[in-house]
Amino acid sequence: MSVFENELEELRGNILKLGYMVENAIRDSVSSLVERDTKLAEEVIKRDHLINALDVKIDEECVRLIALRQPMARDLRLITTAMKITTDLERMGDLAVNIAERAIELNQEPQLKPFVNIPKMAKIAQSMVRDALDSFVTGCSRLPYEVIKRDDEVDDLTVKNFEELLAFMIKDPKNIPLAIKRTYVAKYLERIADHATNICEMIIYMCKGKMIRHTEIT
Amino acid sequence: MVESKNIFEIKNFSIWYGNFQAVKDINLSIKSNRITAIIGPSGCGKSTLLRALNRMNDLIISSRATGQMLFHDVDIYDKDTDVIELRRRVGMVFQKPNPFPSSVYENVAYGPKLRGIKKKSILDGIVEQALIKADLWKEVKDKLNDSGLSLSGGQMQRLCIARSLAQEPEVILFDEPTSALDPISTAHIENLLQELQKTVTIVIVTHNMQQAARISHYTAFMYIGELIEFGDTNTIFVNPVNKLTEEYITGRFG
Repeated sequence: MSVFENELEELRGNILKLGYMVENAIRDSVSSLVERDTKLAEEVIKRDHLINALDVKIDEECVRLIALRQPMARDLRLITTAMKITTDLERMGDLAVNIAERAIELNQEPQLKPFVNIPKMAKIAQSMVRDALDSFVTGCSRLPYEVIKRDDEVDDLTVKNFEELLAFMIKDPKNIPLAIKRTYVAKYLERIADHATNICEMIIYMCKGKMIRHTEIT
Repeated sequence: MVESKNIFEIKNFSIWYGNFQAVKDINLSIKSNRITAIIGPSGCGKSTLLRALNRMNDLIISSRATGQMLFHDVDIYDKDTDVIELRRRVGMVFQKPNPFPSSVYENVAYGPKLRGIKKKSILDGIVEQALIKADLWKEVKDKLNDSGLSLSGGQMQRLCIARSLAQEPEVILFDEPTSALDPISTAHIENLLQELQKTVTIVIVTHNMQQAARISHYTAFMYIGELIEFGDTNTIFVNPVNKLTEEYITGRFG
């Protein structure tokens, strides 16, 4: 393997590492909410700087590779994809922090109702992140297309969650502050799934050289 | 980009040196007022193909061509082609700057004089215009009588471009025009080519892929005499179709 190919391999490795950290942040932030574990929520918030630092490192590495290696064709597409993926992953980390913040607030109050939709959404969103990163490494398959389709399930659950909470709010306005915070959490998860979709769209670009963003996919 | 017509149509075209087939059955169109780059490893036939565009290969005794090389829909390999006139219309600039061992003025005026232009005032105008177009006028206007060989490498190459422009060509062929130049002179020539392209069709052979990527509109990739891939430059360098092209431009060749 040439020195350049080793550098690309290291870049792939760093993206995977970042993905792993983000996946954990999402899982732990949702656990901290569902299990009412404030300590875990604080940990997620505390760990976020590691995600930020790796994001910056990956960006700098990509710029260095573009400047010094003048990559072409699939190398160029890999590096530009890595730059965009890292931004999406870092944003997911921030959203996990937001979930953890809402968890800390919600954990101080009695529970409005048991969590049903949010754990489901979290499970799908996490699987989207994991599969998106898998397809980044394993290369070109149908997987990124399938992941993009899963985004609809998360969107549907966001709506369902809101409707249920709305009923609580109508029943008793005293529920509003807690219900709103729970709709926020659902919104954060919905955004996480959107970022996973972005990642998949970039992976399809990396494979095929075709931008499918803002188009109907088949 | 405005649609551009094909100035050259190359059809099933081959070049042989004795029994060796240097260019194999190539089909390619060259668009007018565009820069077309030909890239490929050493010995792939790219310079041979370039020289075929104004029949410079005729100078190699053993060479022969088959197929068609249409320039404005006329096959330049027809028997009654006026090769001198062809080479006026399709000029050439080489790898190493090769001014004539005469003054800057004479280098540029040589072609027009051969064409029969004798009047000093007309020649002066042609020389000045060609040197302006080649972006050399400001540097040499006070030393037109100095030897062309006294100029720097980059200036000599621009002098050769001016010499070619004085013939009012429709096409200029460039064979590795900057490989003997430093980066600043190279950037100067690259800018110049992009200026000239507005009035002249340019075909350039280059080993420097970044150069092809920087300045050309279309890129042809050749390998062992064959045209492997031809397309707009952006596609070739971002998302080439052919595996061999990709291996070559990402430096994973061989």
